[in-house]
Amino acid sequence: MPEPIDTPADRRARLLAARASHWRTTRRVTASLLTLWLATTFGAVWFARDLQNLSLWGWPLSFYMAAQGASLVYLAVIGAYAWVMRRADQRYATALDGAA
Amino acid sequence: MTKAQRYFGKLSRYYLWFTACFGAFLFALAVLEKEGMSRVWIGYLFMFATIVLYATIGVISRTSNVTEYYVAGRRVPALFNGMATAADWISAASFISLAGGLYLHGFDGLAYIMGWTGGYCLVALLIAPYLRKSAQFTIPDFLAARYGGGAGGRGGPVRAMAVGATIIVSFTYVVAQIYAVGLIASRFTGVDFSVGIFLGLASILVCSFLGGMRAITWTQVAQYIIILVAFLIPAMWLSVKLADNPVPQIAYGAVMPKLAARETQLLHDPSEIDVRQRFRQRADAFTARLAALPASWDAGRREAQRQLDAVRMRNGSLSELRVAERALIAYPKTPLDAARLWREQRDANLLRAAVPEAHATPFPGPDRAASDIRRNNFLALVLCLMLGTAALPHILMRSYTTPSVRASRQSVFWTLFFILLIYLTIPALAVLAKYDIYTHLVGSYYSALPNWISYWANVDKINPLISIVDINGDGIVQLAEIAIDGDVLVLATPEIGGLPYVISGLVAAGGLAAALSTADGLLLAISNALSHDVYYKMVDPQASTQKRVTISKLLLLAVAFIAAYAASQKPADILSVVGAAFSLAASLLFPALALGVFWKRANHIGAMAGMLTGFLVCVFYMLHTNPILGGNAAAQWFHIAPISAGVFGVPAGMLALVVASLLTRAPDPATQGLLAHLRAPE
Repeated sequence: MPEPIDTPADRRARLLAARASHWRTTRRVTASLLTLWLATTFGAVWFARDLQNLSLWGWPLSFYMAAQGASLVYLAVIGAYAWVMRRADQRYATALDGAA
Repeated sequence: MTKAQRYFGKLSRYYLWFTACFGAFLFALAVLEKEGMSRVWIGYLFMFATIVLYATIGVISRTSNVTEYYVAGRRVPALFNGMATAADWISAASFISLAGGLYLHGFDGLAYIMGWTGGYCLVALLIAPYLRKSAQFTIPDFLAARYGGGAGGRGGPVRAMAVGATIIVSFTYVVAQIYAVGLIASRFTGVDFSVGIFLGLASILVCSFLGGMRAITWTQVAQYIIILVAFLIPAMWLSVKLADNPVPQIAYGAVMPKLAARETQLLHDPSEIDVRQRFRQRADAFTARLAALPASWDAGRREAQRQLDAVRMRNGSLSELRVAERALIAYPKTPLDAARLWREQRDANLLRAAVPEAHATPFPGPDRAASDIRRNNFLALVLCLMLGTAALPHILMRSYTTPSVRASRQSVFWTLFFILLIYLTIPALAVLAKYDIYTHLVGSYYSALPNWISYWANVDKINPLISIVDINGDGIVQLAEIAIDGDVLVLATPEIGGLPYVISGLVAAGGLAAALSTADGLLLAISNALSHDVYYKMVDPQASTQKRVTISKLLLLAVAFIAAYAASQKPADILSVVGAAFSLAASLLFPALALGVFWKRANHIGAMAGMLTGFLVCVFYMLHTNPILGGNAAAQWFHIAPISAGVFGVPAGMLALVVASLLTRAPDPATQGLLAHLRAPE
């Protein structure tokens, strides 16, 4: 059995595979966080009248969601995106290093 | 890495020093006020000191290096870039008008809070990292590189359209900011409106003219600190006063049930009902006169003439004579004028006769259908503001200034974080101020009105910021007797809370910082689009870097003067469409930006079709349904207000982009290679 030789074509194939996998992750993360974003926005507005009698530490829940809650969720979405993508970038870097 | 850390540490030290000096400056002014310095001088000092500060930062950061001038050398750390973007974002409208808007419109006003924060999710997830990866200079640059096409595949047509979009969106917006600068300066220092505009302009110019993006970045960080301090101090004070809790964002929860109880009480108060009834009678009188046109116009004119004659006959006093003369002069010249004027007055009276809505109730309406329309409009407006935020060139171009893609993602996080420090306070401030006015002002005696009311009532004679008239003559203030302009809320909060005038000056400086920082970013977005995209990329690609920067500076000067001139004309039509800038930005740029990254098949024909269709649909809807622009409110689709035209423009633009792309050839291999590069990690 011949020794596996790391040809330029192999390296290129590995690079493309790592990129494709990274892009799949990106797409998945983007899609799920966008869903969360849309659900928060839509839910806070569409069901505002149904939530107005629930109260959260004095606030009517619907008012709180529109005034502060939704914005805090948005901040969490962006924070989660930055964190998850940093991890994905690190995985990509190790995948390339490990193979080289 | 250590170099970046050292740089970060150095910047942090500078800005901590700056904050300390600013605190000392405030303290010194407070002492001077105690020693008897007049209000006008405090106003002057604040204006002067902050403008000198911005100019100094501009002089220190002057540059003629292309990368420094256009994208601040791409080395602004994420946290500071976030701060600068937040200052870029917080416009005069956010700082001064938003809390007042929430005060006046209750739950409906929260659409702005949701829309203007949620948009950053789209910026972070769909746009910013890819813009940074492309490492271009402007938004048209990015679109031209991604889509190509045109002569030699350099993307000329796409670039030209994107430049047009950038200018349309940014120019309306910058005129409104410069207008606000003039307003704040004239209200606080008593200088003439146009003098105020040119003072503000001078500071904008010294800063961005000398140092471009680099100078405005460091100025904006300083401006953010001033904005934050100016907004939080009065809000915290009011919060301590009304809720015994210095954190307004939390404290107002305890005030809300009390406000709701007070609202119900005022709703059924007999004298409130009486005042509202009187306004309805006035409105009815106008309705009757409108119905009897043109005979009523003739009768009214004869009546005014008779009054004047009567005064003359009985040798009335000079002031009586003048009143009667004025009434005759102000009388509408034609029945057509009369119809317009009386309709306005009828509507104004009807508005004041309306039963006030509860602050926290979502979408109140006479029936379910009316309430549903308000909900749908709320949702449409939220979506438009979000999509528009994700397409504003002056915000997006800030993602170029970070050191890496990773830093650009963090930068958006910090941007929203710093914006939220203000935006989470705004609903709190509105509730606290409302509670204070409803309990302390309403029910007090006319003989003992607080000073701030007479002060702010006299600041702007033509459109009084606040007016209180004893309609029913009982000597007690009723809620229905107060007519309040939203802007006064933030401006007068320090005085409502009983703070010294220094804090009012600080608030003015904050408003000025908000308007100037946004104007800085917008002017740079426009002049960069003109100099980099039009001049360098389309007219003279051989231009030396020195020449490019010089051209850019000259264009900046020209655009700034045109914008200042436009603002000094107080253009009612431009100011009324500023709210529409978000719909326009969304319809023009969002489809091309987002699909350009996430859909491989999008090509330049599609991008142009998308921009054009989005723009046309959006403008058509506004013209068609906005009464100010000659439309008709009855023509609305699904009862959606014209300000939210983007909910139709964006899907239309996306559809056009997809259809046109599929009908034409797929992008060439070079473009596909670039897209693969954009998507790949660093």
